[in-house]
Amino acid sequence: MHENENKKIKCCCGENKKDEFMEKLFSQYQPIKDNLIQMLNEIQEHYGYVPMEAQKELSEFLSIPMAEIYGVVTFYSRFSLKPKGKYNVSVCLGTACFVKGSQKIMDRLQERLKIGPGETTKDGLFSIEETRCVGACGLAPVFTINGEVYGKATVQKLDEVLDGCFGDGDKKHLKK
Amino acid sequence: MKTIKELHQIKEEKRRELDLRVNTKADTREKHILVCHGTGCTSSKSPEILEGFRRILKEKNIDNVKVIKTGCFGLCAKGPIVIIRPEDTFYAMVKPEDCEEIIQTHIIEGNIVERLLAKDIDGTKVNSLDDLNFYKKQKRIALKNCGVINPEDIDEYLAFDGYQALEKVLTEMSPKEVIEEIKNSGLRGRGGAGFPTGKKWELTRASEGKQKYVVCNADEGDPGAFMDRSILEGDPHSVLEAMAIAAYCIGANKGFIYVRAEYPIAVKRLQIAINQARDYGLLGNHIFDTNFNFDIEIRLGAGAFVCGEETALLESIEGKRGQPRVKPPYPATAGLWGKPTLINNVETYANIAQIILKGSKWYSSIGTENSKGTKVFALGGNVNNIGLVEVPMGTTLREIVYDIGGGIPNGRDFKAAQTGGPSGGCIPKEHLDTPIDYESLKEIGSMMGSGGLIVMDDTKCMVSLAKFYLEFTVSESCGKCTPCRIGTKRMLEILEKLCNGEGSELDIYKLEKLAVNIQKASICGLGQSAPNPVISTLKYFREEFRQHAIAKECKALECKAMSKITINEEKCKGCGLCQKHCPVNAIEGEGRNPRVINQDKCIKCGTCLTSCPFKAIGN
Repeated sequence: MHENENKKIKCCCGENKKDEFMEKLFSQYQPIKDNLIQMLNEIQEHYGYVPMEAQKELSEFLSIPMAEIYGVVTFYSRFSLKPKGKYNVSVCLGTACFVKGSQKIMDRLQERLKIGPGETTKDGLFSIEETRCVGACGLAPVFTINGEVYGKATVQKLDEVLDGCFGDGDKKHLKK
Repeated sequence: MKTIKELHQIKEEKRRELDLRVNTKADTREKHILVCHGTGCTSSKSPEILEGFRRILKEKNIDNVKVIKTGCFGLCAKGPIVIIRPEDTFYAMVKPEDCEEIIQTHIIEGNIVERLLAKDIDGTKVNSLDDLNFYKKQKRIALKNCGVINPEDIDEYLAFDGYQALEKVLTEMSPKEVIEEIKNSGLRGRGGAGFPTGKKWELTRASEGKQKYVVCNADEGDPGAFMDRSILEGDPHSVLEAMAIAAYCIGANKGFIYVRAEYPIAVKRLQIAINQARDYGLLGNHIFDTNFNFDIEIRLGAGAFVCGEETALLESIEGKRGQPRVKPPYPATAGLWGKPTLINNVETYANIAQIILKGSKWYSSIGTENSKGTKVFALGGNVNNIGLVEVPMGTTLREIVYDIGGGIPNGRDFKAAQTGGPSGGCIPKEHLDTPIDYESLKEIGSMMGSGGLIVMDDTKCMVSLAKFYLEFTVSESCGKCTPCRIGTKRMLEILEKLCNGEGSELDIYKLEKLAVNIQKASICGLGQSAPNPVISTLKYFREEFRQHAIAKECKALECKAMSKITINEEKCKGCGLCQKHCPVNAIEGEGRNPRVINQDKCIKCGTCLTSCPFKAIGN
């Protein structure tokens, strides 16, 4: 899980010190424009999303206008502006999985969690993601929860996983 | 930094040590347990299996057995795969708890663990990889080292003639000779379009400019295709070596590999390979004691299909939104930062060293008249042997689906195969015997593409397949040009109407007209080819579109709005299995009475269809 998701990164002005991770990132890269996507990738990896504050800091560091950074962040599907849920359920919608019925898994998931792809439940517990091929085509259809692969999935298996593997406290979010 | 002499020494020593990998009669008391570490097997716990073997061997003090991590063997459907050399025993679907038995029975007692042997489609057990029908018709050139060597050990790559092609090129050949050799081999771009590779190299070489770049396109975006990933995971050095050869030919000193961030294993192994090559002096300055300098950097993509388009890829390397540039100028004259740039796909590079070492004559003897060599396909969908196959050009689709792929599961019929992903098209039953090459696929309305090959059985709805691809293009369209940005959206809306039972015949006409206009007016390959899935399904399955439009009927039961699942009272024996499996408790009835589906609750997931032993459920 994204252990840092609750740790807000702070503005560099005033008394607040810069976030340690960002400091380290800036020491690793040259302040040239070409590095934007590489740095965004690291930020996404670290926080699980790209916080607005991080974009502001990047903008200063690389001397690129915020609008341009925002343009890049929203262009690439890997970057997310919102934090992912505690359980990030991602359904593969690559062709191999689609042919084997992954759309049904996706439909069921949305029905149960009452959110759409790219969204997070209000309490931050679940988020749904569409992916294109996780590379386990031999196990199609697959879905993953926080990176762990569940292969040869069926609607029933999804239900079981959703019912079974989360603690009781989380269960109220699952509509039966 | 190693001297040439040291490199040769490593090669010879290591080659002797690794003889047992390729020679079943190797005279040695050593054994190697190879554990597949491709993405597929890794997600079904192969790292645990590797650790398990190592731990047990240590406990039992067995020192003549090594456990090796390898790339993909290809037969992903049977993963995780374990192979024991030199005897070449092939164990399929191994679980971490099987390690103990394999060590005890196979290694210590010398007997084969029968229950773990891979089974062929007809149920016969096979001992070795080569006995499987899956491998018999394959010819491995690009995948030569995948599953044979440890991708994280440069010495193993050196042992199997690694970097020998680079040495030969730098010390014995002029750039012109190399380009001539590649041209004569007939190698064409494996990314999909099939542009002659040698010609591309020649054009980039002829461009004027002091600074030039070599780029490897590893942004494999076609959903369901994983050839390039497997090469990067199983044999990363082959790509580095070929990029260095290309750089020598065109006069570049810097290379970039643009790889998807969604491929963490490939990225990691590439980085290891680059570091090792630098340590050995195979990347850097004065490679093989010549004046040739070359280094490579990895650039991660961030999940945009359009970045597989070469000019969009260049924009992305420069740190911008991945929007394609208007061509010309082509990258060969103005590419990365406006400098002449050579871009080839992973699989194209993986062929280069073999062509240099074995000669263009050998390479051009494989394949058809205009398409030489082999092609790697990622075989997936409704087929028994899901996995990675490499076949000579000209192999027929029937051979791939039935002989190599082992046919369609559950006794179903073949309906269509899809090649070329979102840019390609469908190949119906009547074209099963078409020899696969660049031209023949184009003729029947599909394309080679990067190599995704998805098989569909007769339960698939072609209209919803077309919709699936359009959904993909709509979400991946970069938005730069109007025909693609708005046109594909309109096409998707029409397809949605058809799938919801709200369409008419006029919609089919509109769909066709839009398709042609988008093809003609879009800037880049993504837009120009986006209508292909619709055009080809319309060409071969027009009747199905008409059924959706006029009769409001989806025979495959995939379009939910039109399908209503019911239970045939006469056939139902009241066993209750469907009730047990239904995830939403929509099936009502008790005892031996026929069951009834409550249509208000039913989510049309189809679970009951597959669970009924009497085939009593349908529409």
